[in-house]
Amino acid sequence: MRAYIIRRLFFASILILLSTVVSFAILKLSPGKAGREDINPRMSQEYVLQQERLFGLNRSPVTQYFTWLGVMHCVKAEEPRGILQGDLGLSIKYKQPVSTVIVSRLPATLWLNVITILFTWFVAIPLGIWAAVRQYRWPDKLLSGMSFTGMSMPSFFMALILLWIFASHLQWLPPGGLRSLDHSELGFWGGMLDFAKHLIVPVVVLTFGALAGLQRITRGNMLEVLREQYITTARAKGLSESRVIYKHALRNAINPLVTILGFEFAGLFGGAALLENVINYPGMGQLILEALRAKDQSLVMSTFLIGSVMLVLGNLFAELLLAWVDPRVSYA
Amino acid sequence: MPEATAIPPILEVAPKGRPDSPMSIAYRAFRRHRIGMLGFWLLMALYLLVILGDFIAPYDPDNQVRELQWSPPTGIHFSDAAGTSIRPFVYPYRNEIDENFNVKQVQDRTQRCYVRFFTQGDEHRFLGILPTKVRLFGVDKPVNAGTENFARIYLMGADISGRDIFSRICYGSRISMTIGLIGSSLVLVIGLLIGGISGYVGGMTDNILQRLCEAVMLLPGFYLLLMLRFVFPSDMDSVTVYFAVVTILALVGWPGLARVIRGMVLSIRGRDYIQAARAVGISPLPIIIRHVLPNTMGYVIVSVTLSIPGYILGESALSLLGLGIMEPTPSWGNMLQNAMDIVELDQHPWVLWPGLFIFLAVMGFNMVGDGLRDALDPKQVHGAKQ
Repeated sequence: MRAYIIRRLFFASILILLSTVVSFAILKLSPGKAGREDINPRMSQEYVLQQERLFGLNRSPVTQYFTWLGVMHCVKAEEPRGILQGDLGLSIKYKQPVSTVIVSRLPATLWLNVITILFTWFVAIPLGIWAAVRQYRWPDKLLSGMSFTGMSMPSFFMALILLWIFASHLQWLPPGGLRSLDHSELGFWGGMLDFAKHLIVPVVVLTFGALAGLQRITRGNMLEVLREQYITTARAKGLSESRVIYKHALRNAINPLVTILGFEFAGLFGGAALLENVINYPGMGQLILEALRAKDQSLVMSTFLIGSVMLVLGNLFAELLLAWVDPRVSYA
Repeated sequence: MPEATAIPPILEVAPKGRPDSPMSIAYRAFRRHRIGMLGFWLLMALYLLVILGDFIAPYDPDNQVRELQWSPPTGIHFSDAAGTSIRPFVYPYRNEIDENFNVKQVQDRTQRCYVRFFTQGDEHRFLGILPTKVRLFGVDKPVNAGTENFARIYLMGADISGRDIFSRICYGSRISMTIGLIGSSLVLVIGLLIGGISGYVGGMTDNILQRLCEAVMLLPGFYLLLMLRFVFPSDMDSVTVYFAVVTILALVGWPGLARVIRGMVLSIRGRDYIQAARAVGISPLPIIIRHVLPNTMGYVIVSVTLSIPGYILGESALSLLGLGIMEPTPSWGNMLQNAMDIVELDQHPWVLWPGLFIFLAVMGFNMVGDGLRDALDPKQVHGAKQ
């Protein structure tokens, strides 16, 4: 098992390295120079050049890539530290370490996505089971209609509708963002309530969208398991229907969902990027758009790196979890 | 008695002539799929809007009346104090300045402007060829037509520049409804090519191509979409932007399909019936065309159909963020930019209409994809209700 994990991580790190090359190449393909967004005519030529030297922008793209990676630091100690030394670099736009910028935005995104995932899983799995047990009867039909709507509803459109009704018309909820203007005066509990109010619309929208897929998958798995012979055996030996479903069928139907949990882990990071931009939610999605606009390469590259690392770790975590819950799976 | 009637129906209707081809079986199965057919007719209606868009739309997409900014959907009346009319009519609008010096749109209830069908409107090319002024409907001009009096029929209200939202939805349908078809055909070509080469050639080529697919798939999708957008300059004309957006979406979407096609080519290549065909002496090309491709077709059709919503949503998202199709060219995505100011939204909620059309288009493709999946699934027993 340990050998398997080490092998997986080794190949994954090569793959991640390749993906950083891909993203750096795409970034360098885009026209314009980094950091030029906030340069105005009053700045002297010397200042601009000094800034470029500070961020290493006057060097060749290959050197820039290796500097970011930290290979240059290994060769020469006076070069800036890079990813290999655990340093994400300097943000050109914010004039701060990238790690500081990311840490200031990450909690908002994580909160949103963690709450969404909790809601989704606690609602979707019971609904999927319920639909499977009542296949082709009205609850199943109602749920399949709802999941069609959920799958097809664009998140930005649903968010705009909810904000129109609840924020603009009824004025029960705030019109997007993360905190109100008077947030600092509300005290602890008032502040919490304020956060919660801002989270309602994005959480509802994301949950509704994710629910559809997960509910359908749970239902499909459950139906497949219910057709197995050991279920017939369990029924034939006179077990109660609830025992058959919850003890025998459910345990096997849940296994494939573990794989999806791995993807959810990766989605924690970038899953809500579009919605964040539409409702003006100050998370990672907005940050990456600003960084791309400013061609802030260390920030963009580090964000992509974190995203791919989370995808790899999520998948590995899901595989290990699957081996743990399902004795038939082994990676020896 | 019951035994006598229990003859399997197969014996009664013995097949005449050639047996049904898999495609005709799938076609009949799809015809019976209620959700699939519903989606099919929904899409047909939307494509009718694409083809006849400029005939159905009462106005040109750029035809604006600044005075009618945020004008609500025009009320269509059949009767007023002067009596009832069979022909529907609308009232003209006039701008007035109230005591607080705010400009207000006031209806002039003294005169009726009748709705006319097949009437003269803005010039357009019918079906893209025939120059004509005839449009499906329009309204009469008010008596004292000029700079202050306007009779317009705005079925879904007006946007920030006083343009007809319904007309712009008609014209915008061209973008959303075609971008998926073009984008997914592009991905199909890339996917078949790379997946086919990868699966057929194998070895080192396969290894390199697969690692490249995986490296692209590791990047968070929406972030990659945004990053690719910035490769293109921001000031492009709308046709260039359209093709740039298609290219971007295809570049994000190809690895998934390429991987699946590779897997299918690998598994089909080793099957017994392919070996048998080879043993009989059939040359490779007919084998691929007659035996390998038909087996991937079902999956490919379904996955391509189900990928189209992704393109529609991708274009809308980019346009909504101001990175896709630019004003004044209408697209359903960039029209929704009018709704981004949430505080003001309650004063003109009709700017949300384009979102409904995005939803319908996405749902149409999802429904058809669902129907096709069931119809093309060889494991499904057709005709038997499960």
